[in-house]
Amino acid sequence: MLPFILKRLGLALLVAFTVSFISFSLLFLSGDPAAALAGETASGEDIEAIRTLYGFDRPMMVQYGEWLFSAVRGDFGESYYFKLPVASLITDRLQVTMLLGLCGITFALLTAVPLGVAAAIRPNSMIDRLALFLSVAGQALPSFWFGLILIVLFSIKFQILPPSGAESWRHFVMPTIVLGYYAMPAIMRLTRAGMLDVLNSDYIRTARAKGAGEGRVLFKHALRNAIIPVVSLAAVQMGFMLGGSIVVESVFALHGAGYLAWESIARNDLPTVQALILIFSMFYITFTFLADVLNAWLDPRMRSA
Amino acid sequence: MSDITDPLTQEFQAPSPREMLKQRAKGHLGLLTGLGIVGLLALVAIFAPLLAPHDPYAQSLMTRMEPPVFLGGDWDHPLGTDHLGRDYLSRLIYGARVSLMIGAIAALISGVIGTTMGVAAGYFGGKVDAFVTFLINVRLAMPVVLVALAVVAILGGSLTVVICVLGLLLWDRFAVVMRASTLQISRRDYIAAARAVGASTPRILLTEIMPNIFNNLIVVITLEMAHAILLEATLSFLGLGVQPPTPSWGLMVSEGKNMMLFEPWLVLIPGAVLFVLVLAINLMGDGLRDVTAPENRS
Repeated sequence: MLPFILKRLGLALLVAFTVSFISFSLLFLSGDPAAALAGETASGEDIEAIRTLYGFDRPMMVQYGEWLFSAVRGDFGESYYFKLPVASLITDRLQVTMLLGLCGITFALLTAVPLGVAAAIRPNSMIDRLALFLSVAGQALPSFWFGLILIVLFSIKFQILPPSGAESWRHFVMPTIVLGYYAMPAIMRLTRAGMLDVLNSDYIRTARAKGAGEGRVLFKHALRNAIIPVVSLAAVQMGFMLGGSIVVESVFALHGAGYLAWESIARNDLPTVQALILIFSMFYITFTFLADVLNAWLDPRMRSA
Repeated sequence: MSDITDPLTQEFQAPSPREMLKQRAKGHLGLLTGLGIVGLLALVAIFAPLLAPHDPYAQSLMTRMEPPVFLGGDWDHPLGTDHLGRDYLSRLIYGARVSLMIGAIAALISGVIGTTMGVAAGYFGGKVDAFVTFLINVRLAMPVVLVALAVVAILGGSLTVVICVLGLLLWDRFAVVMRASTLQISRRDYIAAARAVGASTPRILLTEIMPNIFNNLIVVITLEMAHAILLEATLSFLGLGVQPPTPSWGLMVSEGKNMMLFEPWLVLIPGAVLFVLVLAINLMGDGLRDVTAPENRS
């Protein structure tokens, strides 16, 4: 187990390192970050002043090394727009996003797992078809549009939920649904496939033969085994969802890290953008690493992979 | 009536794989629905200049925000007009061009990148495989929407930039699926046989591997095309994709958003069309998978 964990950890660190380089390089995509920062009306002297002020005149690798060295210690520089340390800016906003992500994944699990189980118990029944329809439709539903429809329905027409903000739990209902439905189809399909697989296995037949009640067979014997891959999928989806929160947060004007990302991209606030890309990537890397370890712990066959 | 022969003397012929494929396709409702809708929208996109009742860019301040026919509008603007008085139906029709073009080209670009990586990883294994798997991991760790938005913001939102960014970001599924398929195929006996008779590596890849993973490739292309279309709409909705006045469905939703309180149809119509297109492409992709590889049906 330990060699597996160390190997995975090494790989995760290598991925993180590469991602950090890519997100730093984004700054240089525009050709000249100093000119981009100074704006279109700036004179040559202004651009030169900014170049030396921010150290853009040094070799790129030197700048990268310095940036990475500070980033590891939690210092992401100062935001061009907010004139605040990027790190404190992000930690303030991250709470909202984390809360949203947790609510979203909980919502997805609470709806997708029962639906997947029900679909697997009766393949080709109405509920199976409904589940299939929901998962196919769910994958095609543009989340920004889904969010706006919910606003039209629940905020404008029925006026029971606030359209934007993050003051109370009621502000989180619609964003949770929009973010959570995104992870639903995959979780549901995996639950259904896993349950179908397990329900056809010998030990389920044995359990039935021994006279175990249907509820006991389904939940104690079958679901317990079928849920293992779902747990790790949920962890991976959580990583994806945090990255996807940018859309949901901008639709509902929820001032989390996703909204901050959108704001800082629109304002050319590159240190904030770099830091956010890196942080969202780190979340994904951490969650997939945890999922891998969890999988290997529960299923020793995975340890060779 | 000479084609009626005695069934007893007629030689029995098993249906060819191609005929079986056709039979399965004919019985697959999802595939047919998807194909039908995508085909229809593709025709609409191609013949947009003939079908659109008005110029999609022509503004008319006298006829702003006219409601669609079903909300009491007139037939001159069947789906009403937007905040600049542009005919909504015409913009929707031209929007199909933007969506389908971006989706198709982005899927092709990422298809070339991902397939090359996946096939190389699956066929050569070892270090190549490890490197490709590493690249896939790096790509998956990058938040797509965030990176795409940032790059488009830096380079400026033109159609070309959006297509390239999406093409360069969406190759992961191609690489994953093509790697797995190639891995499976390259263990078959006929690959060993081809090698034994001295076929070169490029020849094996092109004439033995590629034809056998082609079905899977088509399926991934359709699914990734749907993905690219959704992402383009998302970027445009967030204001950092296709730029106004181009008629993109995502942009139309974004422009309609400010008037959502009074005129929700401005948001509902383009989003619904987008939803239907993506749904149809997905149905098509899922259907193709069922039909070409019935053993993999989930």
